[in-house]
This record gives sequence, structure tokens and C-alpha cells, in this order.
Amino acid sequence: MYYETIKQLIRLAGRQKKPIGEIVLAIEAEQENESPSTIRGQMVISWEVMKQALDRGVTDNIRSVSGLSGGDAKLFFARTPKFLNPDVGKAVARALGVAEVNAAMGKIVACPTAGSCGIVPAALLFAKERLQIDEETIITALFTAAGIGIVCSMNASISGAEGGCQAECGVAAAMAAGALTELSGGSATMVGHAVALTLINMLGLVCDPVAGLVEVPCILRNAGALMQAFLAADLALTGIKSRIPVDEVIGAMREVGQALPESLRETALGGLANTPTGRRLRRKLT
Amino acid sequence: MGKADSVFEIIGPIMIGPSSSHTAAAVRIGQISLAILGEPVNEAIIQFHGSYALTGKGHGSDKAIVAGLLGFDAADERIKDSLAIAKQQNMKLDFQKVDLGDDYHPNTVRLLIAGVSGMHFEITAISVGGGNISIVEFNGLPIQLSGEYHTLITIHSDRPGIVAKATSIISQHKVNISTMNLSRQRRGGLAAMAIEMDQPLPPEAIKELEEKAQIVRIIPPIY
Ligand code: SF4
Repeated sequence: MYYETIKQLIRLAGRQKKPIGEIVLAIEAEQENESPSTIRGQMVISWEVMKQALDRGVTDNIRSVSGLSGGDAKLFFARTPKFLNPDVGKAVARALGVAEVNAAMGKIVACPTAGSCGIVPAALLFAKERLQIDEETIITALFTAAGIGIVCSMNASISGAEGGCQAECGVAAAMAAGALTELSGGSATMVGHAVALTLINMLGLVCDPVAGLVEVPCILRNAGALMQAFLAADLALTGIKSRIPVDEVIGAMREVGQALPESLRETALGGLANTPTGRRLRRKLT
Repeated sequence: MGKADSVFEIIGPIMIGPSSSHTAAAVRIGQISLAILGEPVNEAIIQFHGSYALTGKGHGSDKAIVAGLLGFDAADERIKDSLAIAKQQNMKLDFQKVDLGDDYHPNTVRLLIAGVSGMHFEITAISVGGGNISIVEFNGLPIQLSGEYHTLITIHSDRPGIVAKATSIISQHKVNISTMNLSRQRRGGLAAMAIEMDQPLPPEAIKELEEKAQIVRIIPPIY
């Protein structure tokens, strides 16, 4: 078995009547010549690290090495938001928190990168707590997310230096949306639409880290990307479809990424990094 | 950054933040340098070039390299305290920002390290993205290795037959070579050989090689 596109994943899932996560797990096991339970066990270790970071992010007093970030997640977690549903507010705080832990040299799981490490864990913890989903199923959903990430990496990119932030926070959001859709009983086709709908909203996002540090805007984008994931999962579960097929959306992301000037691909020479304040912070911090 | 073909390249690595290219990769550069040195580090001059010089501090690249030199891995929570730990162990450290010129990758670091017995090396490494690295120079000689395989490095006098001898020893022990490269200062001068292998070399093979070369180092894969 083998896949390179979301369409192939959907077809395999349909034929075997299994969730996408199970297909991705089986193929990984085959490729690595390991038993599925060994591979699953490795993912359990990653999930444990994710949970620790999710917890630390909203309880510890976090401060980054540069002093640019820390504390927002804890603050937001403690408040009842005015516009967001309270549970969604907590999840957003957690996404911020994991990203703050990362900025403060804490332990995280790159997902798909260190800069975008808060999105998938926060989405899955939300599913576990709010939708009462058991750990076993959460682990399967992590494979669903990973399969989506693999396809994006094969056909576009998961690196801000190559494809802008759409490739990091955008792909993380697509991974989260697909996993949430599957966890909520959505079909494999709906998972595909959730991925497409997310990426459509994230398309074109540039990578412009202030002073070259993975803090501003990275941490905030973890929150924004999670919101996009929730939105896309809800839309897809309602039966709303992307008018552009998912693999074509991923192709568009590649094209947009290639068209981005170098100044907006992690070089810290454009966008927010090149604002007067961004430049001042760079001088101060480097 | 290359295409991911494993689930754990997407969800992973488990690492200390904030940056896979500036923190996790820097730890690996330190780890490999320690393995090449083959003994505890007594003194290190760490030269940052390009983006490492610009953003290294905020990314904790200094702490990360020192953590690697102390033998910590990229998921070790002691990374952020590594400078203090190095101090306790009397490791002498000097950090410098340098400009190696445009020929060098924007994420380059050069290490001049000396061990407790006085053994010393110069190692130049780059971070190529996603936490992956490449060692590009060894004592001024260009080489190419990733640290992802079992690696053999030798420094030897450039004489005919040495390379053939080494590869035949390796194949006699049924070890598969994945990549190999050679370089030398000048004909007949000192030469370096770096071979990445799919399996570890047995101790007998290492012994045979030690009779042929001045320096032989075996480095296990560092993930
Ligand atoms: S802005 Fe750049 S460095 Fe920050 S999360 Fe996005 S892609 Fe990563």
C-alpha cells in the first residue's frame, strides 16, 4: 500500500472501511518493517510529551529567552472569553501555551514544525475532553493528522523557509481539522474537505518572524490556525464541500509558496519582521 | 527541507524548542563533535556565521551546542542550563560571531574543540532544515556527513591503496556503505575520509583500520 495524495488516502480508507489514521499507521508499519503496535507505541510517547506541554503552557509562568513572549496563554486560559465558546477559548489558550513553551526552550513535539507545535495537540486535547474520546482513538487521530502532513510535505512543503507560514501553521491546521473531522464521525471524504477548507483559508500566509525568532508572530498564529481548523471541521461535518478538490488546493499552496519572495520565507527581512518595531527588536535582541 | 516519508518526520522530533534548525540541529552538531573528539571536551571555541550569528542567541543555539558537547540529546531538558553545567565541569567556552564569507551556508557553525587529553579538532557544520545537519569540513578538509548513519571518519596520509583497503575491510565484514567521500590537502598530504554505513563496524574491523590511519573515529547514528 502506498499514498501520495489525499484522494488515495480517502480511497484506501473507503475500500478497507477503516479510518484514515488506521491506513496511515498500517503503511508506516509496513514501510518501517515494524509491528503496528510498536509504531503506535512511539506515537503514545509523542502524545505524552504533547500533554505535558499542553499542561505547562497554561499553568507555568513562562518567559522566553529573548523576553519577547510568555504569559499570554496563562492569562487567556484564566478568563472567560466574550465571543468564543468557553471550551474553544480554553483550546486556543492551550495552543498558545504549547507555542510559548517552545519559545521558552521547553520540551515539545514538532508538529509539523517547532513553530507550529501547538495546533494539533490543542485540537486533540479538546476532542478528548469535550467529545469524551478515549486515548486509543486520539492516537489513531494523530496518524490521520500525520498522513495529511505527509501528503502536504510531498506535494507542497512543511517548511516556512520554502513555503511560508501556510506550510507550517497552515498544514498544522489542516492536520488538526482532518483529525477532528474523523474523530467526530465524519467520513474520509469529509476529512478531505476539512483539509481543503482549512488550507483555502490559510493560503498565502507569509513567514516573517520578528528578529528571526520563533515567537512573534508564530505563537499567535498557532491560535489563529486552530480557529481555522475548528471552523473547517464544523463546515465539513455539516456536509459543506470545497469547490476545489483537496489535492488541487495543496498544489495551489505549493505554487503560492514558490511565488513568495525570499523576504517572506523565514529570512526575517519582510512583513512584520521589517516593520519599524520589528527592526528595532532585531537590533535590540541580536 | 526534503519530503517527509515517515509519520515521525511530521509528528516529531520530540525536542527542546524553539527552533528545529537553530536549537535541535545545534544540539546534534555538538553531539557529533563530541563523538568525533572521542573524549570529554575541555575547551571549545564556537564560531557562529550567518543566521546563526544573527538569531542564534534568541534560539538558544549557544546553549544547544554546549548541551551537545556535554552529551545531551535534543530532547534533554537540561539544555537551557547547559552553560552553567559546562561551567561546573570547568569547560572553557568562547563564543564568536564570524563572517566566513558567502561560500558558506547561512546556518553555519565552526567548532574548535579540545579534549581533556589535549586532542583537538576543527569541525564546520551546517543546519539544513528540520533539525537535520551536515558536517561540511573536518580539520579544514571538506567532507559530507549527516550523522544519521554509522559513520567512519579517518585522517590518514594520502598514500595509494588506503581507500581501497578501508572499503575492502568494510565489505569483508558485510557492512553496507551508504555514502562515502574523500578529500585531501594536497597530493601526498593529509587526507580525510568519511564513510556512512548502514550497519555498525565490528571491533576487529576498527582495529585493522587503526593500523592504517592516524585517526579513526566511529560515530553511532545521532537522531
Ligand atoms: S512565521 Fe515562520 S517561523 Fe513562525 S511559525 Fe510561521 S512559518 Fe514558522
